[in-house]
Amino acid sequence: MALDRSAEDARPYIERARPTHPSVIDTEHVVADLYHVINVPTMVWIDEAGRIVRPNDAQFGTDTFTQFHGKRSEPYLAALRAWVREGRGALDADTVRSHQLLPTRDTQLARAERALAWWLHRAGRRDAAERHFARAAELSPGDWTIRRGSMPIRGENPMGPKFFELAREGVPRYPMERLPPDAG
Amino acid sequence: MAGFTLIDGELATRRPAVPASPPAIQLEAEIDGDSVRVAPAALRDALGWELKPQGLCRGETCVPVRDRAALVVGAGIDLAAFARALDRPLALDVPERAAALAASAAERTSRLASLEAPDFALPDLGGRLHRLSEQRGKKVLLIAYASW
Repeated sequence: MALDRSAEDARPYIERARPTHPSVIDTEHVVADLYHVINVPTMVWIDEAGRIVRPNDAQFGTDTFTQFHGKRSEPYLAALRAWVREGRGALDADTVRSHQLLPTRDTQLARAERALAWWLHRAGRRDAAERHFARAAELSPGDWTIRRGSMPIRGENPMGPKFFELAREGVPRYPMERLPPDAG
Repeated sequence: MAGFTLIDGELATRRPAVPASPPAIQLEAEIDGDSVRVAPAALRDALGWELKPQGLCRGETCVPVRDRAALVVGAGIDLAAFARALDRPLALDVPERAAALAASAAERTSRLASLEAPDFALPDLGGRLHRLSEQRGKKVLLIAYASW
């Protein structure tokens, strides 16, 4: 699920990967809102009955950026394979709940400000959009789907100096990180 | 009265089979200083909420209204008071005649704490809608990623 401003931004990645699974685009941040996603990548495990058995977790499928974030992909991928092939590693309800990052009034207001900013931007009202993007960032500084996700929209490079400034503040964290990938 | 744009952050949960884009509703509103007032019928059509003697009601749910005087001003419903009554965050830009109403933190929290994965429908590159609930019976790894 690409948290991108358009299908076209996600297209090169999807076409290169040629997935056999559904690969969708969330331009309106619907799923980011529903699941309280605050950064990418975010992984969620959902079982056959539609229940969350591992909550939002910042994990990677490759080691391309291990130098930056310090995580290795193999332990997580091994845990994922064990879950899929053998049904091992799903977390019990109490553990899932105690590791869920939950929204607050401010994080939800930030989402409203971001949605308004996005609409204003597409309506060509760039100055007004900028005010609301800035307000959203103030309300939820730990939500990089807002602060970094809006960079392409606002003509900023999401891999450039502003990103490194942002990273110096600290990378957003989910409570799930406290558990090793192969626990449970 | 003039045009006003309202973006409903609950649209995806109210109607998961319908894509959220575009989420913006156009309605008629009266602007008086910082106050945006919408006709009760327009609010009902846009968001499903109606003011009844027992409070603001939608379907089987009614929310008592503590301050009716703030909510009902003249012939209209004040948008900010409406948002407060439902405890929903409102991003309002009066000069731009636009607002976004998010789902409340309480609603999103209780939905996530239930551990039922919230359903949604999103399009693929070809525009075809895929719904999470179509995957029932299979394990799902939901991955949020981005070009940024």
